Amino acid sequence: MLKMLNQERIVGAIAVVLFIGFSIGLSGFLSGSNILSLIQNVSILGILGIGMAIGIIGRGIDLSMVSTMVISVAWMLVMVNSGVNLWLALGLAVGFAVVVGIVNGLLIAYVEVPAIFATLAMGIVVYGFGKSFLIGQDVVYLPRDESWFYHIGSGQIAGVPNPVVVFALVALVAALFLKFTKFGRYNYAVGDNVATARITGIPVRPVIVAQYVLIAVIAVVAGVVVATAVTSMNTRLALSTQVYDVILVVVLGGIGLSGGKGGVRNVIVGTLLIGILLNGMTIMNLGYTTQNIFKSVILLAAILIDTMLNPRDEQTAQHGDI
Amino acid sequence: MKTRTLIVAAFAALGLATVSVAEPFDDGQSTTYYEQLKGKKVGFVPLSMGFDLTEGWNAGLQNQANALGYEVMVRDPNWNTEAGVQAANGLIAEQPDVLILHPLDMQAYNRTVQKAMKSGINVIQINLKSVTNGDAYVGTDWYEMGTKQAEAIVAACGEGSGRNGKVAVVQGMLATPTAQISGQGMNDVLAQHPEIEVVATQAADWDASKAQAITSTILKQNPDLCGVLGLWDGQDIGTAAAIREAGMQDQVFLVTSGGGNQAAACDNIQNGNFDAYFSYDVPGQARDLNAAVKILLQTQPEPGSAPFALYTPLKLITADNMSPASCWTLEELKRIGG
Repeated sequence: MLKMLNQERIVGAIAVVLFIGFSIGLSGFLSGSNILSLIQNVSILGILGIGMAIGIIGRGIDLSMVSTMVISVAWMLVMVNSGVNLWLALGLAVGFAVVVGIVNGLLIAYVEVPAIFATLAMGIVVYGFGKSFLIGQDVVYLPRDESWFYHIGSGQIAGVPNPVVVFALVALVAALFLKFTKFGRYNYAVGDNVATARITGIPVRPVIVAQYVLIAVIAVVAGVVVATAVTSMNTRLALSTQVYDVILVVVLGGIGLSGGKGGVRNVIVGTLLIGILLNGMTIMNLGYTTQNIFKSVILLAAILIDTMLNPRDEQTAQHGDI
Repeated sequence: MKTRTLIVAAFAALGLATVSVAEPFDDGQSTTYYEQLKGKKVGFVPLSMGFDLTEGWNAGLQNQANALGYEVMVRDPNWNTEAGVQAANGLIAEQPDVLILHPLDMQAYNRTVQKAMKSGINVIQINLKSVTNGDAYVGTDWYEMGTKQAEAIVAACGEGSGRNGKVAVVQGMLATPTAQISGQGMNDVLAQHPEIEVVATQAADWDASKAQAITSTILKQNPDLCGVLGLWDGQDIGTAAAIREAGMQDQVFLVTSGGGNQAAACDNIQNGNFDAYFSYDVPGQARDLNAAVKILLQTQPEPGSAPFALYTPLKLITADNMSPASCWTLEELKRIGG
């Protein structure tokens, strides 16, 4: 019975317990609008998480994701502010991200640099290149324009905040993609065991390159939501620890760093737990340090319970696990 | 042939020299002024280049240095305090006449300031002071900034305003001294106004998205909120987004602060994002910075012997008093700043 409890279910259970606790203990928590804003507040984290999950399922990781998001979208805004057509600028921004993804993929798949180092370095390169050649200011503001594009991060569709809609769309597309497309299935195979995948005839290297391209494109989507939500893009985000929050959401949801396992549902569960936690703690008006302590204790508890119920053994552990 | 050209050239030079003997007017001080500044070296270690404050100051510094014939050397540590200390040490080894430091916190540069002064370099600190005094401080009094912002919110939501006095504080990164000192100023003012009720104090880490998330949650809990005390324009653009999305721009009074850049400040006042903005006026600071440099280069005091401060007069910008001169753009500062 206890063995049925994998990390996803444990985290889901913690989320439900917190949810019920906050609903009873905090007046105003259970209102429909608060629940929506709760999800809205973590939807960017969720979108990035889905991108990261694709990488981690394929036994990789992308630490350059936040840099790619920040620099491509900030560059887009710089171009639009200097008179370039919005769609052209968006196309160029996506193009930039694709190039970053391809370089990441080539480094990892063909040069065989470990993903964690390749993307760590790439993140710094992307930020440095962007700040030196593409973007002069640290905060780039949205142009004053009424195109619907600028409402992607704000406003609502049928009462649901747009960022939540985008999160749901990205989740849906990614889920279908991972479940039903050839690339999606290959991604699991590569993540589970590269050598086996290769002898089975799966084009391992192209799959890895595609993985990082996909992550970079999802990063742009997240960036567009960020920028249009707060009508600006702060390039200093690239220097923040946001990428660890993204990994936290993915790992918390139960996608193991050893690859080959998990799916979009795990990311949603992890994101919701963080969302409920942050929202509840803000309503309780807890101090900054206290919030951090609670966050890390809950993360630790989830991992601890998982390790106790599903101990690593020779069969599940893989060489090179982080 | 060669010698003849040389002789011709020498005579030509002599001719030119005799022409330039016509000295410029000297009022008794101007000649020495120009002589004292010419060829001097100034080192500048900002927090990081590429953001509105440091780019603005640097534009002013370079303009004046070009006009008066001295050099300003910039070393960019890109937000990294350690790299900043290294950059400052590197500059100290080059023995500039004046060293300008822009500290991230009040401790990191303490020894650097002392080291520079010991080796005979005059030190200016900009917009945040280390605990150790240099020869000059140019910049914001962060305590005053906190009190002024709090006074603005008291005026909007406190006694006599006819409002309920419910206020939220969206803090910056708590570990930074600007946030701490301003926070103290805010608390001291709010403590004198019991009619103000602080319903939430949350830190947003200078991140606009976090500020938006926090503010949206606070607004859901307190639909009758009267005002928000922010701390930095780049973060409070997120606070403003949450207020706008909740449709409460007319109800919630948002006070924030920053360097007064056009896109960050005036544009956001015009579109209703911010209600009151306390600017530390980067063009004014650049002018003060240049003044401090010129004073030190001319008087060359024994480092640390006579520290002085030029605290920036804070400028309140609202929709009512805003004029085209309220804010600045970098292009403009590069053209005429300093």
